[in-house]
Amino acid sequence: MSVWDELVGQKEAIAVFRAAAESGLAVSPGRVQAGVDTVGKAASMNDASMTHSWLVTGPPGSGRSNLAYAFAAALLCRNGGCGDCPDCKQVAARTHPDLATLTTEAVIIKIEDVRELVRGSQFSPAVSRYRVIVIEDADRMAERTSNVLLKALEEPPERTVWILCAPSEADLIPTIRSRVRSVRLRVPSIPDVAELIMARDGVTNEVAERAARHAQSHIGMAHRLATNPEAHTRRDETLRLALGLSGVRDAVLAAARMIEIATDDAKALTDERDASELESTRRSMGVATGDAVPAQLRSHIKNLEDHQKRRATRSLRDGLDRILVDLLSLYRDILRLQLGVETSLINEELEAGLRAAATARTAADTLATMEAIGVARTRIDSNVSPVLAIEALMIRAARKEAA
Amino acid sequence: MAVAASPRANKAKVAIAQLSWSAAKPAPLVLVSGGEGFLADRAISMIREQLRAADPSLEVSDVDASSYSPGQLLTLASPSLFGEPRLIRVSNVEKCNDDFLVDALDYVASPDSETTVILRHDGGVRGKKLLDSLRAGNGGGIEIICAELKSDSDKFDFATGEFRQAGRKISAGALRSLVSAFAGSGAELASACQQLISDAVGEISDRTVDDYYGGRIEATAFKVVDSAVAGRLGDALLTLRHALSSGADPVPVVAAFAAKLRLMAKISGDRRSAGELAGAVGAAPWQIDRARKDLQGWNEPGLARAIEAIADADANVKGGGRDPVYAVERMVMIVASYGRD
Ligand SMILES: [Zn+2]
Repeated sequence: MSVWDELVGQKEAIAVFRAAAESGLAVSPGRVQAGVDTVGKAASMNDASMTHSWLVTGPPGSGRSNLAYAFAAALLCRNGGCGDCPDCKQVAARTHPDLATLTTEAVIIKIEDVRELVRGSQFSPAVSRYRVIVIEDADRMAERTSNVLLKALEEPPERTVWILCAPSEADLIPTIRSRVRSVRLRVPSIPDVAELIMARDGVTNEVAERAARHAQSHIGMAHRLATNPEAHTRRDETLRLALGLSGVRDAVLAAARMIEIATDDAKALTDERDASELESTRRSMGVATGDAVPAQLRSHIKNLEDHQKRRATRSLRDGLDRILVDLLSLYRDILRLQLGVETSLINEELEAGLRAAATARTAADTLATMEAIGVARTRIDSNVSPVLAIEALMIRAARKEAA
Repeated sequence: MAVAASPRANKAKVAIAQLSWSAAKPAPLVLVSGGEGFLADRAISMIREQLRAADPSLEVSDVDASSYSPGQLLTLASPSLFGEPRLIRVSNVEKCNDDFLVDALDYVASPDSETTVILRHDGGVRGKKLLDSLRAGNGGGIEIICAELKSDSDKFDFATGEFRQAGRKISAGALRSLVSAFAGSGAELASACQQLISDAVGEISDRTVDDYYGGRIEATAFKVVDSAVAGRLGDALLTLRHALSSGADPVPVVAAFAAKLRLMAKISGDRRSAGELAGAVGAAPWQIDRARKDLQGWNEPGLARAIEAIADADANVKGGGRDPVYAVERMVMIVASYGRD
């Protein structure tokens, strides 16, 4: 077993990180090369050199942060990422003393948080060979914040390693881009994701395959769909609502229901995440489940709870976004049928309904609806009342004959 | 106040004085009728003030006619040792129980001369026998009519009176914005007038009203919607432009349109009763009835088109467009043409 086992469909990327971690193992900490040879795109796959600043890019759900933490474990573990030792377990719980992480549910990373990371990056590792800092959504930094980070990347202490994650290189300012070694992840295939889900969540092959397909290879989403029957039911209801539209009344009622679904979904997601964060915070403070939190530690819990409250709105938006992604998969299927492409439907469970929809409307209607999904997303992002945005979308979806 | 407008006043023969709330004064029996609760409260407190000014030892008691127990009225009205004057305020006469009716009719036949009994009745047929008896002149009563401020001109007159009585000057435009901002509730209009009278310095202008109640000008949003949905484009645009030019925020206007059309769409083509629908779509039965009425002249594609236009306007006023005012006007035009563009 190793920390790399659970990463799906990323053989090339894993090879790069493994080689880097192993080259680091081979050299004594004092001789780790300084970060001058790190211009990302120039570095080739067989360049096994260890560098100080990494960027993991890839579409949402491709497992950017999983890969970042696997790499972190490989650097911090005495056995190169065995997955079993206390180092690896602490990395998995985000409590390793030489690991600092920055995750945000907010739209923007706070400059103060980055300053604090930079301050921490100046210390030598406490127990391991390296001090590792992971920034999960490095694309969410304002330019001023990026510049704070840039200074740290320009003169990294010998044993500090930065790992940034972002959807693409273009999401970072050029000066940062030129300081990091970039590793791009692929969208894993549905069978790859299904295999992972089956192994990790202990579900049947059918459930895993269906979840991976419905999630369109988004690993986190597939995990949820496979393990959370309500999440699966909500998705199914959303799509059936869209298939059952026959007029403006249906459209408006469907929109109302979809908002409820998105709210429920966001709430469930928030609750699951809040509970697990709270639990891991308690664990990291040495408070067992069910025990009272000692007075002197309560402010930590309070801070976490405040943070959780603040990000609640973002997750409603995420719930809505999820619905739009699912709807897009539905119309993609309908369009394929209309164009005579009979294979690989994402929502094959709904085949009868998809076929009926494909004959009831033209491909131009379907394209217009897909466009309307994009419009709805833009509108929701610019604070249009979500109900109204979804209503307009459902109305377009219900209409026959493209305008 | 429009005395003759009270339907009750015309039905039975009326042999007593009928006064407006602002002329309220004590009498052995005072019937305070009509649906505008805050005016009734005012009339009742004016009477109390006058009685107290005449004799500070006034004893005030309250009776709820809906939970009345026999004998209560007589006990409260019986003369005391020191002969203090009494004021008995009876509420909920429109919901009175039979015990009250019996005692009250007895009392009207021979009221106590040192006691003022105020009967508050806000409409409806319950207690009609008592009202008829009073209005026929039994007991030497008077009636104070507090009819609802229904029309804008009622409200306008009311507000004008408020400022005049306080000796304050207010511009006609300011009065109009004030009345339209509080179109929904007479009580809120009254307290807004009082607030301006006590807080604002000098002549009260449009600007002053906007400073105080800018947020409340939202109430005009509903007027714009109502006109537009009924196809009255001119009215809708005029009200809209007036509201926007006095600094109203277009966002609540769009929200009011969305709420209205949403309910219309939800009930369109649904023949269930208002009661059944209410639960299903999360609206009150009267809102359903209203929305049914609003649906006259509308068809399905029109509703669809209108809602799309509203979503588009919302995106525009929230920063997506260069000309939010034009976006809202366009929405109003589409809605006022029943979605026919
Ligand atoms: Zn290990």
